[in-house]
Amino acid sequence: MKEIVIISGKGGTGKTSITASFAMLGGKDIVVADCDVDAADMHLLMQPDWERSEDFYSGVLAEVDQEKCVKCGNCADVCRFSAIPIIDKKYVVNKLNCEGCGYCFHVCPTDAITMKEQNVGKWYISNTKADNVLVHARLGIGAENSGKLVAKVKNEAKRIAKETGKQFIVADGSPGIGCPVVSSLSGADFVVLVTEPTVSGLHDLKRVYQLVKKFNISAGCIINKADLNTKVARQIEEFLREENIIHISDLPYDETFTKAMTNGQTIVEYDDANLKNILVNSWEKIK
Amino acid sequence: MKIAIASGKGGTGKTTLAVNLASFLAESRKVVLCDLDVEEPNSGLFIKGNLIHREDKFKMIPEWEKEKCTLCGHCQKVCNFHAVIQLGDQIMVFPELCHSCYACSELCPVDALSMIPQKMGELKQFKKGGLSFVESRLDIGQEQAVPLIAQTLEYIDKNFDDDFIKLFDAPPGTSCPVIEATKDADFVILITEPTPFGLHDLTLAVDTMRELEKNFGVIVNRHGIGNNDVLSFCQKKNIPVISKLPNDRRIAELYSRGSLIYQKMPEFKKQLVNIADYLLKLQEEGIR
Repeated sequence: MKEIVIISGKGGTGKTSITASFAMLGGKDIVVADCDVDAADMHLLMQPDWERSEDFYSGVLAEVDQEKCVKCGNCADVCRFSAIPIIDKKYVVNKLNCEGCGYCFHVCPTDAITMKEQNVGKWYISNTKADNVLVHARLGIGAENSGKLVAKVKNEAKRIAKETGKQFIVADGSPGIGCPVVSSLSGADFVVLVTEPTVSGLHDLKRVYQLVKKFNISAGCIINKADLNTKVARQIEEFLREENIIHISDLPYDETFTKAMTNGQTIVEYDDANLKNILVNSWEKIK
Repeated sequence: MKIAIASGKGGTGKTTLAVNLASFLAESRKVVLCDLDVEEPNSGLFIKGNLIHREDKFKMIPEWEKEKCTLCGHCQKVCNFHAVIQLGDQIMVFPELCHSCYACSELCPVDALSMIPQKMGELKQFKKGGLSFVESRLDIGQEQAVPLIAQTLEYIDKNFDDDFIKLFDAPPGTSCPVIEATKDADFVILITEPTPFGLHDLTLAVDTMRELEKNFGVIVNRHGIGNNDVLSFCQKKNIPVISKLPNDRRIAELYSRGSLIYQKMPEFKKQLVNIADYLLKLQEEGIR
């Protein structure tokens, strides 16, 4: 089983459109995982049937029982996150500030604080129009632990792939270099970096690749909108050569991306010419 | 006045708007732009100012002192993040999992875990004409953006008084880094594109802002592509649409080179003038 993760550093370079195309092309040979849990969009193109859904619990938040509270203030004193302000002469937990460390719980003399497990989102297993299974999720508003939800999505995808004897897992990652990205990279066999020839595209590619290197995973790169700025595109190619990253393909600046999306379709369904050919060849190289 | 520029979806034009609006406003007012997308900070590629200050930023993590430790195991028990683990006669600390809550350190009966600073990133301040620019970047391998964002906001509060218009370029998404970057803002601009992905992620961002009880408005970027669903959504939900930025390949080309757009494209500048007027009016009315 080969686990392929698609990331970009910078957002909006075309990761999801490209991943969804691979999901179509891979068809029943693959399991798809949408690891961009805090802005998951893959389902908009894959017509999932939402067959199974489960709540995801992770992490805890403090809660003060006002009847037991003797207002000693120990909890507020030890909290490093200013999460227990006094409101109307009561110690009340500010949920957005609370990190769930539990320090307050340990210093409360009257056991007035409980640490409550949090429902931070939902995850789903769906059958898609591409005749494969999509594992996806939705993180709750402002929830923490997106890294853990990513791990859950990936582990479910792995389990399904193993049980049903699938060859590939194709995972759509999130932008950035923080915990959800780290979580989506862990255990991957190959990384596809989707970039664009803009100063920020190149800058973010370099940063996210430093992270990929720490994981020792081999990588390939797709340059989207390659004709937007040929000078920066050449700088990207140079970077790929220096770092031994496979240059998988170039896609042109093309509003077909948007048109396909607006139609609820992947590019390989919407376009039967140039873009489709490039993506078919890219998928052949990647797998 | 603090204004955060956020979006659910990445790549919808946060940085484009932030750098152009900040530069434009700085022509007539005191402005500080702060890049809070500490994982992938990009504003600096467009604001090529003079570096006037840099400092390392640290988070506090426990350090184990073997000689003092009695291996009672209390540290492991109180750490909710599995950042302190006892393995045989060793206490292992995993800094990337640590949230700097101090519980292990201060609850240790023999003071065997003292808190020491660990570098997580760096902050730089630049000046370009009337515009001040502050950016922080997270070190590669550090997983938590929130502590660095919080410290960067403290730096802004300390160094720039209320005469400044403070613009924050926020990270994408709707999870904890976005909350941190927007929670102190007086007004939040959500920038989106009129596509299904744009709409879907805007919906999440709107829910987040409502949860935070923020004043916010929407700017539609690349107006003309996709469909009208974003505009209908805003109308239905009574969300002000502050501006529609045109879809134009020339904008993408200017952006790709790291150039400011309003100086070369009057139609883009016209929209910036409208946005600036909108924000200045909010300021006069004293929104909070």
